[in-house]
Amino acid sequence: MKRWLPSPALSVSLMLMWLMLNGSVEPAHWLLGGVLGIVAPLLSRPLQPHGYAVLRKPMALVRLLCFSAIEIVRSCINVSQIILMRRAVRVNSQFIRVPLDLRSPHGLALLSCLINTTPGTVWVDLLPAKHELLLHVFDLHSEAWWVETIKTRYERPIMEVFEHPVSRGELS
Amino acid sequence: MTGAESLSWWAAVPIALLLVLGGLVTVIGALGLVRLQDFYQRIHGPAIAITLGAGCILLASMLYFTLSQSRLVIHEVLISLFVLMTAPVVAMLIMRAGVYRDLRNRSERAGTGDTSAPD
Repeated sequence: MKRWLPSPALSVSLMLMWLMLNGSVEPAHWLLGGVLGIVAPLLSRPLQPHGYAVLRKPMALVRLLCFSAIEIVRSCINVSQIILMRRAVRVNSQFIRVPLDLRSPHGLALLSCLINTTPGTVWVDLLPAKHELLLHVFDLHSEAWWVETIKTRYERPIMEVFEHPVSRGELS
Repeated sequence: MTGAESLSWWAAVPIALLLVLGGLVTVIGALGLVRLQDFYQRIHGPAIAITLGAGCILLASMLYFTLSQSRLVIHEVLISLFVLMTAPVVAMLIMRAGVYRDLRNRSERAGTGDTSAPD
């Protein structure tokens, strides 16, 4: 089972993607989607040096995605306001550093996607020396607020989803 | 396929609103490219176009085709998923290219003894 279906969640989502792409629920498409869901993860396994992600708490992931969807719309409105209303020289764009405890590569990938999708913040680099995230903020009002938000609203739920509770204890 | 004129008003109004809103947001994003001063600020302009702008237009597309063909058309969800998965990577790459370019320029300037103000 484990050998032929390394990640059931990935297989199911590939099959759903196939059905959506074709816009039909005919048995033939279920079959083709099923084949895709089994074959594609097996073929792409060598491309995944860290293995497939294991979701420990799917509900926490859903909550996180809902929160970031709201956050995206909110920051869209903020960024549009700044572009329209304010003179460009008065926009306080800064690089800030956020110390991270998150180590899981899948978690870091998700965090970078969420941060980059949210308008107004761009992930620049992960500084290896202290495992700090270098972040560019479009209009910075308070650095401490950003560090706090990223650590509590984004990093903690992602650690719940992707990391063992044990390994988290060792890290801190 | 039926045309847009066969849609009833309660369907046409939200679709039109979403399209206008999506278009406006995209224009504001493009305006950001013109108005903002330096490279690091300009990268934030198109971000609103790919999230809220694309989101509104895709939502309008889903509503329109679902209502006009009276069957569920939701493959736009896939478009938004792919956009949301690829756009952040591009933003990160462009940002890092910009940062490394500035670092290199600065070190070259330091090497040649040119003391003009670095940005």
